[in-house]
Amino acid sequence: MSGFTTLLARDLRLVLRRPGDVGVVLAFFVVATVLFPLGIGPETNLLARIAAGVLWCAALFAALLSLERLFAADYEDGTLDLLLLAPWPLELAALAKCLAHWIVTGLPLSLLAPFLGVAFGLDGESLLALGATLLVGTPTLSLIGGLAAALTLGAPKSGALLALLALPLCVPTLIFGAGAIETLAAGDGIVTHVAILAALALVALATTPWAIAAALRQAGE
Amino acid sequence: MVPPLLEVKDLSCRRGGRTVFDRLSFGLGAGQLLALTGRNGSGKTSLLRVLAGLTPPESGTVAWQGVDVAQDPETWRGRLAWLGHLEGLKGDLTVAENLGVAERLRGGEAGDRLDGALVAFDLGGLAAREVRTLSAGQRRRTALARVVLSQAPLWLLDEPLNALDAPAQAAFRTALQTHLAAGGLAIAATHAELGIDGAQRLDLRGGGLRAEA
Repeated sequence: MSGFTTLLARDLRLVLRRPGDVGVVLAFFVVATVLFPLGIGPETNLLARIAAGVLWCAALFAALLSLERLFAADYEDGTLDLLLLAPWPLELAALAKCLAHWIVTGLPLSLLAPFLGVAFGLDGESLLALGATLLVGTPTLSLIGGLAAALTLGAPKSGALLALLALPLCVPTLIFGAGAIETLAAGDGIVTHVAILAALALVALATTPWAIAAALRQAGE
Repeated sequence: MVPPLLEVKDLSCRRGGRTVFDRLSFGLGAGQLLALTGRNGSGKTSLLRVLAGLTPPESGTVAWQGVDVAQDPETWRGRLAWLGHLEGLKGDLTVAENLGVAERLRGGEAGDRLDGALVAFDLGGLAAREVRTLSAGQRRRTALARVVLSQAPLWLLDEPLNALDAPAQAAFRTALQTHLAAGGLAIAATHAELGIDGAQRLDLRGGGLRAEA
């Protein structure tokens, strides 16, 4: 087993040992989303119009909730030193950590969102599109959030700082993710939006592991 | 004369605008142990971290078999076993899982050697216990077992005797002597006597340096 898969498997195993951590993230997503239909009432047209934006924002905030601990736990127990000293690229370790984060947050959020979309009165096609855009877009949130988590490692009040760093960088993903559903409602296809989301994810994939590794080395000094 | 395996030349380190150590030079050959001593804050941990490559030096070089380790840091990291102030263990994993994961992260496979490392530090009965349920001494022993398991030629140890009782200290000395007898090297920052005959000593004193090797 390579270092990459070992680290990925370790982080997933740690999540399984403490499922409550992911449970809180998913519960936040559900509660934050459901509040809108409850607060606005049975205004089906209005709810359907805001559904994508609400669900995307809730997914972004939910992902951010768990990002603060992405590297902090390793930093606090000394395992970050072992990663820094592993005889393989730290960039791959950064990628493994972000992938583990996406598997336990981005993926379940993407699968859960269409069910919550029903509460907003979205039709079947829009529900599928919502899940698809989140599936393509949430890896970007994990990668950008990973970078913010690495940059704020060891800083006091790092949670707020992390959000301030990550949220502006996630705006393009948010715009194209939520915009896809509006485009669909207007009768157009979502291929362009999904392609742009995929491009954003690829740009994040090509750049953030190096930046995360540099930030982790800095924190390890 | 056989050149030392590890050669440190004019190594300097500054942190927070303060010189931690300046133009430090020493060599270490196969089977040799260097004990770093000095008061709190004298730079023992900083020296270990600079040697490991965790902290960049202000100036100077670290060479292994005559080659500057900065030329190939990944190979250099593969030659190191690290024990820091913190144990580097995951509380939610068992002792055996922690050791297995650490070895695979180093690119190796613990396999049959895992039992030997556990027995060396009397951890056989704790292998299936989650680390968060262990005492400080038991966690330290687990971290030391990880060092033994690595089979790395150079051990960098920060206060290895911390929290260890007398039998565990004896187990550590036995493991260290076995490592040195096999041609390994070790550098240990310590406030306590390591109890290894022939150990060299480097005394770091408040920014200055005095070698007693």
